[in-house]
Amino acid sequence: MAHDTTVTTSGHDEHHHESPVVFGFWVYLMTDCIIFGSLFATFAVLRNQFNGGPSGHELFELSGLGLETALLLISSITYGFGMIAAHKNEISKVIMWLGVTFLLGLGFVGLEVNEFAHMIHEGAGPDRSAFLSAFFTLVATHGLHVSCGLIWIVTLMVQLMGTTAIPERMMNKLTCLSLFWHFLDIVWICVFSYVYLASMI
Amino acid sequence: MLGRLSLSAIPLDVPILVGTFLGVAIVGLAVLGLITYYGKWGYLWKEWFTSVDHKRLAVMYIILALVALFRGFADAIMMRTQLALAYAGNPGYLPPHHYDQIFSAHGTIMIFFLAMAFMTGLFNFVVPLQIGARDVAFPFLNNLSFWMTAIAFILVNVSLFIGEFSQCGWLAYPPLSEAQFSPGVGVDYYIWAIQLSGVGTLLTGVNFFVTIVKMRAPGMTWMKMPVFTWTAFCSSILIMVSFPVLTVAVALLGLDRYFGMHFFTNDGGGNQMMYLNLIWAWGHPEVYILVIPAFGVFSEVVPAFSQKPLFGYGTMVYATCAIMVLSFLVWVHHFFTMGAGPDVNAFFGIATMVISIPTGVKLFNWMFTMYKGRIQYHACMYWAVGFMVTFTIGGMTGVMMAIPGADFVLHNSLFLIAHFHNVIIGGVYFGYVCGMNFWFPKVMGFKLNESWGKRAFWFWFVGFYFAFVPLYVVGFQGMTRRLNHYDNPAWHPWLLIAEVGAVLILFGIVCQLMQLFVSIRDRNLAENRDFTGDPWNGRTLEWSTSSPPPVYNFAIVPHVHELDAYMHDKENGVDTRCAGGQYEAIHMPKNTAAGFLVGAFSLILGFAAIWYIWWLAAIGLIGVIGTVIARSANKDIDFYIPAEEVARIENEHTRKLMAQAAE
Repeated sequence: MAHDTTVTTSGHDEHHHESPVVFGFWVYLMTDCIIFGSLFATFAVLRNQFNGGPSGHELFELSGLGLETALLLISSITYGFGMIAAHKNEISKVIMWLGVTFLLGLGFVGLEVNEFAHMIHEGAGPDRSAFLSAFFTLVATHGLHVSCGLIWIVTLMVQLMGTTAIPERMMNKLTCLSLFWHFLDIVWICVFSYVYLASMI
Repeated sequence: MLGRLSLSAIPLDVPILVGTFLGVAIVGLAVLGLITYYGKWGYLWKEWFTSVDHKRLAVMYIILALVALFRGFADAIMMRTQLALAYAGNPGYLPPHHYDQIFSAHGTIMIFFLAMAFMTGLFNFVVPLQIGARDVAFPFLNNLSFWMTAIAFILVNVSLFIGEFSQCGWLAYPPLSEAQFSPGVGVDYYIWAIQLSGVGTLLTGVNFFVTIVKMRAPGMTWMKMPVFTWTAFCSSILIMVSFPVLTVAVALLGLDRYFGMHFFTNDGGGNQMMYLNLIWAWGHPEVYILVIPAFGVFSEVVPAFSQKPLFGYGTMVYATCAIMVLSFLVWVHHFFTMGAGPDVNAFFGIATMVISIPTGVKLFNWMFTMYKGRIQYHACMYWAVGFMVTFTIGGMTGVMMAIPGADFVLHNSLFLIAHFHNVIIGGVYFGYVCGMNFWFPKVMGFKLNESWGKRAFWFWFVGFYFAFVPLYVVGFQGMTRRLNHYDNPAWHPWLLIAEVGAVLILFGIVCQLMQLFVSIRDRNLAENRDFTGDPWNGRTLEWSTSSPPPVYNFAIVPHVHELDAYMHDKENGVDTRCAGGQYEAIHMPKNTAAGFLVGAFSLILGFAAIWYIWWLAAIGLIGVIGTVIARSANKDIDFYIPAEEVARIENEHTRKLMAQAAE
């Protein structure tokens, strides 16, 4: 519920509950966390089912992966700068930082799509073995989340353009997206260590 | 252009389906025609389809649940009739191809669209009123949840007439449900129906969790919260923790089917038992998601009609929470025969038996509540007492099957079928119908007819035993589930008795319909009208407002001092409503078409993806995303009800109360 209407009534706020949006979104993210948890469990069960196909050790390249990770982690910092600007009500800066975050996120998704295309081209697609099915599903689910985040960033940038103040509802949206973006970072760190690094060792 | 869809997808060669289609088409056209004739489309659209009012959504959920009941029961009685006939040389009237779709649809519909929708309807109606809130935390998402559930149910029913439904049972175990063995669209219908309704259910869980945590009336601490709200709370937590696992399990099955992946296939390194573990990590909590709110209903009904406070409120709350936690520690008992070894099976067997302890606590609490109470044998109490008897039997057969050794004999036999119908009908269904009888006057402003309610109870109660005790017997005799025909003469008489039971239950459903019809017809009789808003001398806050409640529920948010807040106020002469007080403008959410549109586009997406019509699927997906973005940009989402309007509504109610008191 937004509260950017100008109607005010005396004593109305006595029973006024604080907006549950951010808390609700955080709770929703925890259910998303269970989706990732289930996918990690699936990967753990199937991680050695190569079916005569390539293993992670043969497929993964750490250099490209390091760049992907760097892009995503830096994008979390730039989003943080955007939030600081939002709290100071500096809208043009918010839009600028959101734009930087978008580009970094887009770079991440681009590198991931490139990696996938390369693997599929080599005959190591998701239909090759149970291991690759689990790998593609887990990593692509994360990538799909990042892509949704990109659409969300653009939406908020457009909504912010031409405004002069950040009402409570917009602040809630920015905060939710912030939670979402940092959450995806944490998931990526788990993907990076458990899926990639553990296969390389 | 149309993917896999062609004219041959329409089953013109199956007379039962053609007849059903004609029946549905005629009734459907008649309903649509009547709505058009009376010019009610605008009313339905403005006041119901786009409504974000939790009370309206509750009514729509319960109507959806009743429609699902008819569909699911039609499947049930067809199966019983087939098994009454298909003995020795007689193949019966349903070929295996059709019969397998019927049992799959029966289970899917009864759990996802009868039970879940009924439960969500009760949550929607009761929880905000019981905690003294004006709506749920996210009214728009509430409307969206309803439409996701409704369109998923439409999708299941579309499969009757276009293509086929799954033939793999209500949980679609692989490898049978894989593309290799089920190449048709049936399993795809199942997958999309489960996933789309799952979105709605998950959002409902989040919504009610946040509502209960954040929006309780001032003074309502956790241990002053009504038991039904507690059960809704625990059930919401279970939804949030378990439904994502269902989403993953069914999504992985879909990836196997759509992209040739190897999660659960026979080749490529797939692992079918992983599917069973995932699906039951959802499935066992799911039965507690359903039954815990039913326990909540009885915890409200039994005190109200015993005219005593609930015995052992604290233990009731702790028992509910214990069941919530334990429900995650038992899933392997659904497949002891997997061969996990004696240690694992013993753990899950004992964990299963442990659940009977908190459940027993609850049963004793209800009985001690009745002990020395002034019990009124209202129809609600019939369902409650019938539940206590029936559910106890079902619980005991559950403990029997929790013994791994016994389960190796009983696994997938009709004994199992009898057991879970025993707890689902005797626990969940009796509970929800009890709740419907109890809260109906609050919803509509008039009571449900008593005599027809009691008749419905007796037919259901006796019919249940006739239908399912024989299944316990033939289960012991070795009859497995999902058989299409059989040769064993020893089973035949029992299956005839079970058919009689199904017919008795049919009479029960007819009585419930009559109850609704008679109650609506006689709604203006003085003894049926409820002007007070408190027809049962209730204990909790929902009874303190008028029936039906005003759109804002409470003109002045109540302050809670004790458990059973409204009873406390009545006994101490406190006016919970603060009638005649200073009213203020009330902030309310505006109705929105966004939920309906997201639902409609999701229906297009699901249908197109089932038939591989990719351009249409893209339209559906873009529609969903576009609607969400447009909703996000919409600034006109709320309004204020002026204080004068609140005063007018409240004074009108006060006038009616005075008139009633004067009589």
